[in-house]
Amino acid sequence: MPDASARTGRRLWPLLALPGTVWLLVLFVAPLYVVLAVLFGGVDPILRQPVPVWNPVRWDFSQFRYVLEHIVGPDGFFGPALVRTTVYVVVASAVCLLVAYPVAYYTARFAGRYRGLLLTLLIAPFWISYMMRMLAWVNLLQNDGLVNRVISLGGLLPAAHVNWLNGQPVTVVLGLVYGYVPYMVLPLFAGLDRIPGAVQEAARDLGAGRFETFRRVTWPMSRQAVVVSLLVTTLPMLGDYYTNDMLSASPQTSMVGNLINNSVLTPGQTGQAGAFVMLVLLVSVLPMLLYVRASRTGVEVES
Amino acid sequence: MTAIPSAALVPAPRRRGLGAWARNPWRKPRILLGITLLYVGWSLLPVLIAVLFSFNDGKSRTVWQGFSTRWYYGDPLRSVWHDPTLHSAVVHTLWLGLLATVITIPLGVAMALGLDRWRGRIPAGANFFVLVSFVLPEILLAVALLFVATVLQTPLHLGTVGQVIGLVTYQLSYPVVIVRSRLLTIGKHYEEAAIDLGASPMGAVRRVLLKMLLPAIFASTVLVFADVIDDFVIVRYLSGGSSTEPVSVKIYNTARAAPTPALNALATVLLVSSLLVVLLGFVAYRRFTRGERRSIDVFAGET
Repeated sequence: MPDASARTGRRLWPLLALPGTVWLLVLFVAPLYVVLAVLFGGVDPILRQPVPVWNPVRWDFSQFRYVLEHIVGPDGFFGPALVRTTVYVVVASAVCLLVAYPVAYYTARFAGRYRGLLLTLLIAPFWISYMMRMLAWVNLLQNDGLVNRVISLGGLLPAAHVNWLNGQPVTVVLGLVYGYVPYMVLPLFAGLDRIPGAVQEAARDLGAGRFETFRRVTWPMSRQAVVVSLLVTTLPMLGDYYTNDMLSASPQTSMVGNLINNSVLTPGQTGQAGAFVMLVLLVSVLPMLLYVRASRTGVEVES
Repeated sequence: MTAIPSAALVPAPRRRGLGAWARNPWRKPRILLGITLLYVGWSLLPVLIAVLFSFNDGKSRTVWQGFSTRWYYGDPLRSVWHDPTLHSAVVHTLWLGLLATVITIPLGVAMALGLDRWRGRIPAGANFFVLVSFVLPEILLAVALLFVATVLQTPLHLGTVGQVIGLVTYQLSYPVVIVRSRLLTIGKHYEEAAIDLGASPMGAVRRVLLKMLLPAIFASTVLVFADVIDDFVIVRYLSGGSSTEPVSVKIYNTARAAPTPALNALATVLLVSSLLVVLLGFVAYRRFTRGERRSIDVFAGET
């Protein structure tokens, strides 16, 4: 009897996992192959529609080569956007970490009885639509908006007006920070909350100063949380085009997400969109693989 | 160990003053408190200002002209209630939220159970895809599914069907991750005990595990719904025209084109429904966990 149920048990788990696994295979993994087929396929000369090629042997690399050739060199009109993406995302992630770490640290260690309230306030941006949060800044940064009125002291200094919303890299980076920093605060909080306060107090008791305690105890113990929080904010930033469209709407600040968004909607350029999708995919899956490998060996060491 | 320091180790300086405060090595880090308060204000004030201006009596979104509800109901043409495009955006958003959540949760919970207990290469691979879909830039999936819808003849059509399929694919990882982390703390012995006492494996899952997972399932339901109604990238690419454009897409399309406060009102309606769902979820969650003392969790020694 236990034998029979153990056997059905063995069959039960694959059966439960099957629908979700099949769903992901058919609608997540297979569509990525469709992107490859479009990227290495042709374009209908009259309708300008993509003609996918399914057989890898017959793949046509001309669209892919076109994109590669226009990244560097004299005709490299894709290059600046890729450089910009890297710079914006690195700067925005760094600022996110600088803002999120102290906030998460304070909430985890010193918030005391306000901890619940503070956590609620930190989670609140999650429940506010990203578009609404960007709309809020569009309102504030308009030429007659609150920000300009404050920095020009209510119209006394008309020269201090800034056209925030016309291709200012600062606006885009701050928009990215504003948009993604809540996603960083929470994993950091979870990681910092797991560090026992006694460890930090022991370090202080043994003569380490605040800075020394942070450098030699808190920071090393929170490193994994930092990596996770960087992953969950930096990778989604790579595909962002809407922050840019909402807060700048200028080609002078466009990022790789804008390249994808602009070409995917233009007849005859879908292959280019596919190339950039594959590029972003490669750039974001590699750190994931490294992380999964690192955390797996970490578990083995622990056990 | 936690309470001793300030009283016992420091020779309690009776005299007040900046010097004494600076010399006290156990003083609370006020700078961190300042950063935290600034952060909370910065992250929420812009949105509150946007909400405030949705009640503006005039057309401006930057100059206050008195309180009114005209952008919600009063204006016979351009208010959220009377403008059919805004009205239908709200309805469509909530409809998508409902459909996607109803499909995602059972699929994800079953997958979490299956992947957690099934050992081998297939579940490990499926697990990797879950993780990847968790942090991958949304635009990659959206473009891939857009290609599927445009170059292939499949049931995946642009419009509500495509949007729901895309949303389910993107959100599937949430219930899987949340439920699995809960399964990790529950362990295997309950279902083994149930099977020893004569339950079938399926019965053990249904009558023991699912009951214990209820809070996690509930939390992921709320999370998925709130996330779906805030979604932008997938629903935009897979929308089949203006009739299937949800609120986020409306905001994106009109934010930079001299909109009226009706757009703020539209965003506020969505914000309020999001917060309502979360609030209801939170109250219900408290009820679940309040009953936990009498429920099966008590035996696990968890409170």
